[in-house]
Amino acid sequence: MRKATKVRIAVLLAAAVAIEIACRAGIIKPYSMIPPTQMLVSLVKLFTTSGAVADMKQTLSAVVIALTSALIVGFVVGAVLHAVPRLRRIVDPLLATYYSVPIFVFYPVFIVAFGLNAIPKTVIGFLYALVAVVINTLNGLDRVPVVLWKTAKAHQLGKVSTAIHIVFPCAAPYLFTGVKLAIAYAFIGVIGSEFILSSGGLGYRISFAYNNFQTDVMYGLMLFVLSVVITVNMALYVWERRLMKRRGER
Amino acid sequence: MSTAIAAFRPTLGRMADIVLLVGALLGLWQIVHEFAGAIAMTAPLDTFRYTLKLVATADFWPHVYRTGTAFALALLIAATFGLLIGAILGFHRLSGEVAEPILVALYSIPKVTLYPIILMFFGLGLVAEVAFGALHGIVPITLFTTNAVRNIRPVFIKTARSFGLGPWDLARTILFPAALPEIFTGLRVGFAVTLIGTLISEMFGSKRGLGFLLMNALGVNNVDLIMALTLLLVTFAAVTNSVFMAIEHRIYRRA
Repeated sequence: MRKATKVRIAVLLAAAVAIEIACRAGIIKPYSMIPPTQMLVSLVKLFTTSGAVADMKQTLSAVVIALTSALIVGFVVGAVLHAVPRLRRIVDPLLATYYSVPIFVFYPVFIVAFGLNAIPKTVIGFLYALVAVVINTLNGLDRVPVVLWKTAKAHQLGKVSTAIHIVFPCAAPYLFTGVKLAIAYAFIGVIGSEFILSSGGLGYRISFAYNNFQTDVMYGLMLFVLSVVITVNMALYVWERRLMKRRGER
Repeated sequence: MSTAIAAFRPTLGRMADIVLLVGALLGLWQIVHEFAGAIAMTAPLDTFRYTLKLVATADFWPHVYRTGTAFALALLIAATFGLLIGAILGFHRLSGEVAEPILVALYSIPKVTLYPIILMFFGLGLVAEVAFGALHGIVPITLFTTNAVRNIRPVFIKTARSFGLGPWDLARTILFPAALPEIFTGLRVGFAVTLIGTLISEMFGSKRGLGFLLMNALGVNNVDLIMALTLLLVTFAAVTNSVFMAIEHRIYRRA
């Protein structure tokens, strides 16, 4: 294990222990924060309460739908924009400013349009994830060296086999970055929307627990959300490293 | 001076592209309006008309002032601490390596889930909104600054040393100019996410500000107001970001 990794684990553990002690000693009041060990207990308890499990399912299914549609639409839009440079030039300012726009401000518009159900939050998650996929698809396609396109032509590959054998493997790392960002953004979009206003889901449950002074439930749910997102991100990070290594990069 | 103007003056072709883009977006908006009806989404022209009326009312401006205050304070805190922590992490390699994955993880989690913790410690109000906005902004500013400082070529620092520069002159004449382009990118991204953080906190629990106004309009089903506020906020974010990007482009070209 690298030294930095060891130090990082030590720092995080020390922080958790410090919070634990501060909570137990009464420096942090129990109505503001419960000790980390109790958060863990509360997290385990969540899985036995049917309401919480239903919320987890609702959130995760919204994230999966938002993510899948963002990936499909994003790859297609990216490929089309790459093929039609004129169109790409027009859309370029939109792509560049997209993430500076607080997408959550559209949430009320969608609630008015679709009603207070799972659709508005899924649309927000989709919109949050979409452009990351488009941008990274374009990035990946731009990085395919001209010589490879020529090689494909020399071997008289058709459009489909060029895409499968040449373009996809070559652009894969960038597409992967797009997927990684899209996952994070889909979670942020869905849970953020649930938190602001919704009728179910993890974000809703957290704000409900907050409003009803159920501090232990709230921290259990937070711990759940954060561990799911961080685990998924870390798994992708490790996988990406492995892919990179296989290509002999770093 | 003349180059400064040139950087801001888009060429005729790019102007035409932007006009086309805005036109296409307005067209799309109009089409959605035709399908969804005015109860769900007001037409572009009606929205512009309502926005002009809204901007002229006196009741509107205290909300702008409130959001502006929260945003400005949050950005100030995020920038100050982001630059400071980023500089430390950039210079001290081990701390940088230790902290970077933690910061990246912090960037990718839905930070809204942490908002109740902030409310628990600061209570509902301006302080919590500022803290939440700053929490959003500080991460990208720190990350970009760390990278910027780390990538300063060692030969610059060696040169400074052989000229006998003190730490203050070193920072002022060598380090800051060398790291400026990336730091500026960090500040631009930080600006955008701080705005998001501030608005989200206002949307969730506040009695003033544009985020509150937006959720209040939803509560009383005032579609005109929702559309007008959304238009104003999106336009503000898009325009400021475009200006920052134009400046950034210039800094990178000079560097």
